[in-house]
Amino acid sequence: MFQPRSIQSSLTFKDKLFSIDYVLVFSILTLGIVSMFAMYSTDGGEFKYHTESHIIRFFVFFLMFFILSFVQIRFWHNTSYLIYFVFLILLIGVKYFGITSSGSQRWLSLYFMNLQPSELMKIGLILFLAKYYHRIPIESVNRLKFLFLPIFVLIFPVLLVVMQPDLGTALLIAFGGLIVAWLAGVRVKFFAYSTLIFISLLPIAISFLKPYQKSRILTFLNPEKDPLGAGYQIIQSKIAIGSGGLFGKGFLNGSQSYLDYLPEKHTDFIFTLFSEEFGFFGSIFILLLYGLIVSRIVRVGNMTRSNFGKLYCYSFATAFFIYVVVNMGMVLGLLPIVGSPLPIMSYGGSSMMAIMLGLGITMSCKIYKDMPVN
Amino acid sequence: MFSSGSGNTVIKSKLISRRMFLLTVSKAVVVVGVLGRLISLQINESSKYKTLSDKNRFREWKLAPERGTIKDYFNNEIASNKQVYQIHLIPENTQSIEEIFFRLKTILNISDKKIFSLKKKIAKQKPWEPIIISDNLNWSEFSRINLFLHELQGVEPIVSVARVYKDSSSAHVLGYVSQVSEKDLKNKKYLKEKSVPGMVVGKTGLERRLDEEIIGEVGFQRYEVNAFGKRIKQIKVEQGKAGKNFKTTLDLEVQKFVAEILGNKAASVCVMDIYNGDIVSLVSSPAYDPNAFVHGVNRDYWNELINNDRKPLSNKAISGLYPPGSTIKTIVALSALENKIIRPLDTVRCKGKIELFGEKFHCWKKKGHGVMNMRTGIKRSCDVYFYEVARRLGVDRLSETAKKFGLGKKVLQDFFEERSGVVPNTSWKKKYIGQNWYLGETLHSGIGQGYFQSTPIQLCLMTAQIANGGFEIKPRILFDKTKNNLKEYLKFKNDNPDQPLPADLLVSNFDLTPLFKNQENIKIIKDAMYSSSNEPGGTSYRSRLEDKRFTFAGKTGSSQIKKFTEAQREAEVKQEQLKYENRDHALFIAFAPVSDPKYAISVVVEHGGTGSKAAAPIAKKVIKKVLERHSLRQSINNLPGDSI
Repeated sequence: MFQPRSIQSSLTFKDKLFSIDYVLVFSILTLGIVSMFAMYSTDGGEFKYHTESHIIRFFVFFLMFFILSFVQIRFWHNTSYLIYFVFLILLIGVKYFGITSSGSQRWLSLYFMNLQPSELMKIGLILFLAKYYHRIPIESVNRLKFLFLPIFVLIFPVLLVVMQPDLGTALLIAFGGLIVAWLAGVRVKFFAYSTLIFISLLPIAISFLKPYQKSRILTFLNPEKDPLGAGYQIIQSKIAIGSGGLFGKGFLNGSQSYLDYLPEKHTDFIFTLFSEEFGFFGSIFILLLYGLIVSRIVRVGNMTRSNFGKLYCYSFATAFFIYVVVNMGMVLGLLPIVGSPLPIMSYGGSSMMAIMLGLGITMSCKIYKDMPVN
Repeated sequence: MFSSGSGNTVIKSKLISRRMFLLTVSKAVVVVGVLGRLISLQINESSKYKTLSDKNRFREWKLAPERGTIKDYFNNEIASNKQVYQIHLIPENTQSIEEIFFRLKTILNISDKKIFSLKKKIAKQKPWEPIIISDNLNWSEFSRINLFLHELQGVEPIVSVARVYKDSSSAHVLGYVSQVSEKDLKNKKYLKEKSVPGMVVGKTGLERRLDEEIIGEVGFQRYEVNAFGKRIKQIKVEQGKAGKNFKTTLDLEVQKFVAEILGNKAASVCVMDIYNGDIVSLVSSPAYDPNAFVHGVNRDYWNELINNDRKPLSNKAISGLYPPGSTIKTIVALSALENKIIRPLDTVRCKGKIELFGEKFHCWKKKGHGVMNMRTGIKRSCDVYFYEVARRLGVDRLSETAKKFGLGKKVLQDFFEERSGVVPNTSWKKKYIGQNWYLGETLHSGIGQGYFQSTPIQLCLMTAQIANGGFEIKPRILFDKTKNNLKEYLKFKNDNPDQPLPADLLVSNFDLTPLFKNQENIKIIKDAMYSSSNEPGGTSYRSRLEDKRFTFAGKTGSSQIKKFTEAQREAEVKQEQLKYENRDHALFIAFAPVSDPKYAISVVVEHGGTGSKAAAPIAKKVIKKVLERHSLRQSINNLPGDSI
C-alpha cells in the first residue's frame, strides 16, 4: 500500500496536467460561455450589471475550480468533516446575521459578495457522508447505531434551510445526503421507513409552511386556475419555451423575456430564456452538455480507486443531475416552482461557487485517482 | 487487517457500483421524461404557444372607420361626416381614475351621473381599452383640455369624424345612426369584428339597410407591449377603410320643398318615376333631428319625440297604414273592366245611399250623384256606383288586381320599418279573423274602407303602374344605372308605330311584366283620373294645374277613422268640426304630366279631412316642383333610354 502512495506523491506537475479530464473542462467552459450569452440576453442585449458580474464570477470560480483540482484527494478526505462544520456554522450564522430578502433569510453578507451557505451545504453534506461511509465497515452500514449520525448531519442543516425558509434548497441538500447513503448500501427499507415517516409528518410540516409556499404547491397542481396570480410563472415559462419551437426566435429575440413576461429570468428561468431563443435544438444542446458533464463525473468515479472518491463522484454526479432536472422540470411545468438554480447557467455566486467546488473535488479525484485516502 | 480491509474495500466498491448502475438507469428514465416534455412543448404544441406568446406581445387598439356618405341624385351629400373633437381616457395610463375625473369635472361640464356610468364602464372593460369621456366637444372646451393636458395623464384629445345630416327633410328615409348597443352586437354578425368604442351603427332607414357596407373597415394600431402594459414599439398601423359611398335617387331640393310644405302636419309624400321606379321624394312629417342621435340622444328630446302624438319617429310613407279610401276606386274600376263585370258606359243611379239586407250604405254626397257611369263615378268619386261595382265584382277578384298593382306587400326591400298592409279577401278573413266574409264588407272594400290597409308608397306604386300603361316596375331608392326596359320599349313603340309583332310578344321581348289583360282598360282609368282633376265637378278640380306641362290626373280619397252617426249625417257635420283625432285621413294619388306621364305621387295627410281639400293642394305644388326639375334630372346622369 505504500508503494502507490509514493507513486502518487511523485506525480510531476506535467503528469497532473495530463491527467485532467479536458472533456469535462471544455464542457464546463462551453456551458459557461453559453450562459454568458444567455445573461447578455436577459440584460436586453446590453452589457449590463448581470452579464458583467456573471462573467466575472464564472471566471473567478472557474479559476478556483482549476486550483482546487490540484489539491490532493487526501486533503479533501481529511478535511471533509471540517468543511461540513464550517458550512454548518455559516448556515447557523445566517440565522443570526443573515440578510433578509423577499421574505427569506438566506444570505451572509461578505465584503465582496452575498454568500448563500445553503448552496455550499449541498457539497458539504455529500463530502461528510462520503467520508463517513468510506470509513465504516460495510457490515455496519445498516446497523441502527451507525444510522444516527448520518440522519443527524442530514436533518440539522436541512431544518436550518427550511426555516430560512427555502424549501427547494433544503430538498436538494437532503437529496444529496440520501444519495450517498443509498450508494453506501443503506437498505431500501430504511428509505421506505423514512419516506413513510416523512409523509406522516407532512401535514404537520405543511402547517408550518408560509402561505406563499402552500400556494406554490397548489399552483403546481393547477396552474391555469389563477393565471395572473401564482400560476403566472409556470404559464409564462411554458409559453416562452413552447413558442420557441424547433429553432427558436433567435438570439436577443425572445419576446417573452425581453418584454418581462418571464419572471426570474436571470436565475431559475434562464433555461426558459435560452430555450425560447434557440428552440428545441438549443434545449437539446444544453441537455447534451449537462449529460456530458454528469457522465464525465461518473467516469471519474469509475476511475478513482478510493471508495471515498467513488462515493463522492457518484453522489455529486447524481446530485448535479438532480439540480439540472429539478430546474428543468420546474420551468417545463413538470414540478412545482421550488426555486432551484440551473448549475453554471443561472445567475448567482454561491451556486456557482458550490458547483465549482464540487467539480474541483471531482477533478482532484481524477488527478489523484490512484492515491489512497487514508 | 490489510487483506480484510482491502476485501472490505473491494466489496464496498462493487456495492457502490451496483447501486450507481441502478441510479443511472433511473436517470435515463428521467431524461426521457424531460425530453418528452420538450418535444411536446416545442414541437407538438409549438403553434399554440406561439399564438399565446403573440397574444402576450401584441395589443391592438382599434380605430373606428369613417362612415360612407349618402348622396342624392344630384350628388349633394345628404348624409356626410364632419370633424368632431373628443377626449378619450385610457384607464391603465392614469395614476388615479378618481383624480382624473375630479380634474375633468373642473375643466369640462360633466355631470356626476355621467361620471358614475363611465366608471361602471371602465370597471367592465380591459384597462388598456380607451373609453370615450366626451365625444363632441366644442372648440373652446377642446382647447381648454389641451391646455391642461400635461396634468391629465391618460387623457387623449382625439380629432375624429362623426355623422352629420344637412337637414331633417330626409330624416326618415335616411334614418339615423347611434352607438352600438348590446343587441346590435348580438344580432348583427358583421359587427362582430368591428366593435370599436365610439362606433355608430345605422338604427333605421337607409343607414340601417346599408349599414354593413357603409360602415367601413375597422383600422387598428398594433403595439408591442411589455408585461406591465407599457407600449414598447408600434408594429403596424392599418388605417381603416372608409365605408362605401352611396348615391340615391332622391332629390334633396324636392325633399326640402316637400318638408317645408308639410310643416308640422302628420303627413307623408311619395314621388316616383313611373318608368324606372326611382323614388324622387319620400318625406314623412313631422321630422326629427337625426343629428341628435349621433352622440347619444338627449333624454328630454327623446321623450318629446315619443310622446308626440303625430309620431315624428315613424316613417309614415312606408310604415304608416291607412285605408286607401276612394283612391282604391281606380283599382276597383280596373278590376271590373278586366274581369268584364261592367262596361265603361253601364250606369248606376246614385240616390245618396243603398240598402243591402237592411244595412244602409251611404254615399259621401247625401243628395246623391244621380246617374253615374265609370268615368263620372271616378270623377266625382261616387260611392254608390262603386258599391254596385264591388258587389258585382266580389272581393276576391278585387284583391287579386289590387295585389297585382302593389298593394298588400312591401315595396322596398330590407327596410326593416316598412310594413306590408292588408288587401282583404275571403280566405284572408278566414285565416286571420276566423270568420266568413260578408257581402257588406265587399261594399266597404269597394270604397277602400274596412279591412283595407295600405302604405303611401304602395299607393304611389299603384298609381305609377297605372300611369306607365300597366307595367310592373321595381321601385328603388339607390341610384342604379342599369338599362330601363320599359323606357326602351316605349321608345321602340313610338319609333315603330307599325310594328307587326303582336303587343304581348313585343312586351316579352323587352322583358316586361304587364299587369293588365287589355291595355285599353288602363287607358280608361287614366282618362277617368284626368276628368277627376281637370273637369268641372271632379273631386280635385280645384287643385288642377292648367299649364299643359304640369297637368296631372289624380284621385282623391278620404279614409274614415270613425263612422258617422246618423245624427252627424243629418246635421251635415263638416270634417273641420270634428276633433283632430276623429277627422278622416286625407289621401291623394296622381300622375303627371297627363300628356306624357313621368311621375306618380301619393300624398297622405293624417286627420286632414278630405283628400280634395287637404291632400290635393299639396300634390299640386309638389308635382309642379318635380316637373320643373325634370329636365335637370334627365341631364345630370346619362341614363340609357332617358329620352323618349
